[in-house]
Amino acid sequence: MIWLNQLVQGLMLGGYYALLACGLSFMFGVMGIINLAHGSLAVLAAYMLFILAERFEVHPLLGLAAVVPVMALIGWVLHRLVLERSARAGALIPLLSTFGLASVLDNSMFQAFGADTRSLAPYIDTLSYDGWTLPGGIIVGQLAVLTLAVAIALLGGLHLMLTHTALGRRIRAAAHDPDTAQLVGVDARAVYAASTAIAMATVAVAGAFLAMRATFDPYTGPYQLIFAFEAVIIGGGSLWGTLLGGIVLGIAQSIGAQVHPQGFLIAGHVVFLAVLLARVYAANTLRRCIRSFTGRFRSRA
Amino acid sequence: MSLLKIEGLEARHGLLTAVQGISLEIEHGETLALVGANGAGKTTLLRTLAGVHPVAGGRIVFDGVDVSALPAHRRVAAGLALVPEGRKLFPAMTVQENLLVALSAKREGNWNLGSVLEAFPQLKPKLKAAAGTLSGGQQQAVAIGRALMTNPRMLLLDEVSLGLSPLAVQSVYNSLRTLMGKGTAHGTTVVLVEQDLQRTFQVADRIVCMLEGKVVASGRADEMTREQVMEHYFGHRTSTSTSSADSSATSQQATAT
Repeated sequence: MIWLNQLVQGLMLGGYYALLACGLSFMFGVMGIINLAHGSLAVLAAYMLFILAERFEVHPLLGLAAVVPVMALIGWVLHRLVLERSARAGALIPLLSTFGLASVLDNSMFQAFGADTRSLAPYIDTLSYDGWTLPGGIIVGQLAVLTLAVAIALLGGLHLMLTHTALGRRIRAAAHDPDTAQLVGVDARAVYAASTAIAMATVAVAGAFLAMRATFDPYTGPYQLIFAFEAVIIGGGSLWGTLLGGIVLGIAQSIGAQVHPQGFLIAGHVVFLAVLLARVYAANTLRRCIRSFTGRFRSRA
Repeated sequence: MSLLKIEGLEARHGLLTAVQGISLEIEHGETLALVGANGAGKTTLLRTLAGVHPVAGGRIVFDGVDVSALPAHRRVAAGLALVPEGRKLFPAMTVQENLLVALSAKREGNWNLGSVLEAFPQLKPKLKAAAGTLSGGQQQAVAIGRALMTNPRMLLLDEVSLGLSPLAVQSVYNSLRTLMGKGTAHGTTVVLVEQDLQRTFQVADRIVCMLEGKVVASGRADEMTREQVMEHYFGHRTSTSTSSADSSATSQQATAT
């Protein structure tokens, strides 16, 4: 029963990782940019919600109504000022510039808010610790269930937006070939800026859940980035893959923690590396198969 | 006034100047064919006109407005559309999505999903299929249909018959005939690059021969002969240039030898 419990808790944790990875996956999918400031931006959103909650007594979930548009605006500006210019210089430059941005953000937040550890948990009443008891005595936290539900809703919503709206068509066209998209009237620059804005809106939501379920400080971002990145890689980069990747990572950590007290992080990283190596190996094997097949074909001909 | 006026246009690939000071005027409703060997700069010229290749010198004036500095999507919005070489569809998107994405140009006109499907009826049963799964001829139809969805005043066609079966080429040109040139329902001005000289003579009002980035001859299609065009194609100078070739082209030829 303890293993089943770990499995269920892992699933819930996976929902959080999927939520965290949503924006990272979206930006990578659309623009091929890995935003290393992703975690720091989530923490920035968390601080905004914290200020709203502490000074103005705004419930964090209500505060999102203000923070989501602000983060979207930040995303738009981020694209115009940083990503667009650096992406023009090659695939590696956005990595450097977002890494630099993460350092600037982390240290600025340290300057502004100090080293104190914060949390939004005190501002959400009993939601932070209430749970439901499932048959079999497994208890799931209400916040964890809400996190998983929001992750599924966001990823599903993004998927529907991409497949069923005019903006989605434009985003997919620009993602595949920006030059040709321009040739049919798509303003690829504006589409990319809008995509970054959408990604940052999801980062605001991720930041809220990060701060409600646990504590954060100015240097929390990079750790969250690692989990989000692992979820994206395990999932293979697509939106639904990211949900799956988050859940695999969450379950691996949860089971790992049950095996050994220090197994939590190790199990997650091991699964990430195993999937990464399997991909490389599978790609090589596939290539070898194709080569031997075409070789046979040639010798027969 | 001409619809498109090109003045001393230059475009480069690194150190290579692929388009070297080309000047052309294209009238409303005209069908103009660019002829020349591989590397003559035809594709680069079209891509520069469409705005996906940077202008290194000179001006492009479309409908009285200098569009040289405008990004490609703004030129499409002004009515200048390119069907690129190699079709360049969005392969993972359905045929319908490929066509609808071109509504981003936001131009009013006769062309919509219905009229494009009427012009290319072979696409009707394929609307929900991924564009990448279509045959070459069908893909070319989608590429042209997608450009038409922007309701262009001028259509630039880059080697629409490349890699297609003769039957598919015929079908594409049959559809094109309804929109090319004066007197047709759409009266679209067309600039096309086509390797098949016979077909070029059939569809074009005017033929412009290019060699190494320059215009070496131009004239009305009914006043030029196949032999004259062939000479310019390879850059031989066995006879005098065509009667209507402009003076700069003649002087360029003289310096080339």
